[in-house]
Amino acid sequence: MTPLRSLLSADFPRSRALAAVLACTFFALAFAPFLFSSTRALDVAAKVCVFIVLVASYDLLLGYTGIVSFAHTMFFGIGGYGVAIAATRLGASWPSVVAGTVGALLVSVALSLLVGLFSLRVKAIFFAMVTLAVASFFAILASQLSNITGGEDGMTFKVPEMLRPAYSLFEDPILGVSISGKVITYYLVFVVALALFLALLRVVNSPFGRVLLAIRENDFRAEALGYRTVVYRTVANCLGAAVATLSGVLYALWLRYTGPNTTLDFSIMVDILLMVVIGGMGTMYGAAIGATLFIVAQSYLQDLMKLASDAAQGIPLLPNLLHPDRWLLWMGVLFVVCVYYFPLGIVGRLRDMPAVRK
Amino acid sequence: MTHPTLPAATAEDSLPRMRMDPVPILLLAAIVALAFFLIGSTSTWVTLTIAGLAMGLLVFVMASGLTLVFGLMDVMNFAHGLFIAIGAYMATSAMKAFSGPASADSLISNLGALGPSLLAAMLVAALVGLFFERVIIRPVYGQHLKQILITTGGMIVAEQLIHVFWGPDLIPLPRPETLRGSFLVGDIAIEKFRLVAVVIGLAVFAGMSLALNRTRVGLLVRAGVENKEMVEAMGYRIRHLFVAVFVAGSALAGLGGALWGMYQENVTVHIGAQMMVLIFIVIIIGGLGSVVGCFVGSLLVGLIANYVGFLSPKIALGSNILLMMLVLFWRPQGLYPVNKQ
Repeated sequence: MTPLRSLLSADFPRSRALAAVLACTFFALAFAPFLFSSTRALDVAAKVCVFIVLVASYDLLLGYTGIVSFAHTMFFGIGGYGVAIAATRLGASWPSVVAGTVGALLVSVALSLLVGLFSLRVKAIFFAMVTLAVASFFAILASQLSNITGGEDGMTFKVPEMLRPAYSLFEDPILGVSISGKVITYYLVFVVALALFLALLRVVNSPFGRVLLAIRENDFRAEALGYRTVVYRTVANCLGAAVATLSGVLYALWLRYTGPNTTLDFSIMVDILLMVVIGGMGTMYGAAIGATLFIVAQSYLQDLMKLASDAAQGIPLLPNLLHPDRWLLWMGVLFVVCVYYFPLGIVGRLRDMPAVRK
Repeated sequence: MTHPTLPAATAEDSLPRMRMDPVPILLLAAIVALAFFLIGSTSTWVTLTIAGLAMGLLVFVMASGLTLVFGLMDVMNFAHGLFIAIGAYMATSAMKAFSGPASADSLISNLGALGPSLLAAMLVAALVGLFFERVIIRPVYGQHLKQILITTGGMIVAEQLIHVFWGPDLIPLPRPETLRGSFLVGDIAIEKFRLVAVVIGLAVFAGMSLALNRTRVGLLVRAGVENKEMVEAMGYRIRHLFVAVFVAGSALAGLGGALWGMYQENVTVHIGAQMMVLIFIVIIIGGLGSVVGCFVGSLLVGLIANYVGFLSPKIALGSNILLMMLVLFWRPQGLYPVNKQ
């Protein structure tokens, strides 16, 4: 168990049910191209990978450091736009992808540093308000500067040859699946996402992560113990921004497209919040479970709701409440219930289960 | 720390007035004057100034309740936009119900439609505010993180419920017949509805100043903003005061939302979220919890948005953010910092 221990940074799920769910998720994602044949399922799997990282990086801020940022999608978008702009201007090659990624990282870290230094000294509420304003400004900027960002239409770009669907690595299919550029892209997304997730797990279990927890619990006391809370908060903010940027790069590579609707929209910020809180704040596993559950629900629950809505025809108001487009209503209700009664979300419930039975 | 000198109590001035810092107001005047020279044409300047005042005053109407609630109870309601949206949607329903008098060509019957519509918007927003305070906010007093989360969650649910009741599509909200278009004074074109917005905005500000400065309740509210415990120690139930302020703030947000919907002549469910950004900027600029700051901040934002939009449309988008950054460089706590004891 020692390699696993060091891989997970000694932060085990601490619940059989949770471990089982996580293992299922991991294997489903790891073998997704072989398990699911439809394009839609693979799309869902890739989105889950990207959002696990994105939500985990948000959890670093919200769950571990106790700061609420509404600008996380901004950094997600910077990553997407960075790689899209670089690939369009410099040509579809690996160096341009790397250049775009590095450029986006620099912009994100500089921006998060600036916003952080401005507003992290004061109350959490202040930071939340400032990030909301900055992020909405950025979203408007991206849709207005259409000669750089493609405006509302976003930008479709060419990825390096190896990642294109037409490319195939081997002549013969493996296990009945031909290893096309799509599958290679999926594994690129999966491996990078896994690495980033494990890195975040390492961060939160390091001494640095413990200080963040201390700040979340009582920043005044942490300050009194000699930790410069502003510095720690700012570093956590920059780190979260950098990881969000990388997940934006992954998502853009997968979609071969970046636009305001896939990255900058405020509804994505709301989705991230829902995923973190429903999954469980303050645990990286909560981010993983929240993101998986939410995206699978987003993709498949709506079909179910359509059935229910059709079945409820004739009853006043109920078909409207069950309309597939209203699924966010029920997620919102779940969110509010979680904040009140299950502050540790699904992970907290799963971990408490044996204790309840005793 | 400088100790403010207490004003001497006289018989006619038994309630101490608010102390005013003139510098931000001078700044406001300087910006208006500067814009006059930059724009060059008097008629354009007047049009822009009235547009800016109208926008600023509407933002003030919506933001004032939020900043007072924060000042009183340290509660920041991220779902304040909900009341704006509800006000706007109620106005669409009410104006549809009064479509007869609203489209008649007489000012009296137009106002007869506008007045009840605005009242309906305020009333419903106030009721929703009462419910919201009780169910969503009361359990999370004093926990900032949870407040932000829970109010955001409330906003998500409420936006969806608005979809359920009013449908997801854009709803047109026509202005009453005689308040459409503009009239000319010399060569200056003034949009009629902007004047209505200015008049209502000024009336709200005047009423609020009177209530805060000349009534016992206002005195308690101001005292509560500065030192909650002391007010409680004096035997006043600050919680009742708070609920009253919250409900009044919700009603004002509903009023602002209805007027803003008419200003834009249509309503979508995003109206609240869009205004929230502007409102937050205004509150940050003014100083969290300060009504005067909120007023000056609203006017600054409204005027600068219109001036910059005319002078150089390219940076108009960023002008509010830029303004916020500059103000925070100058006064990190906002224009009128609230001294919490």
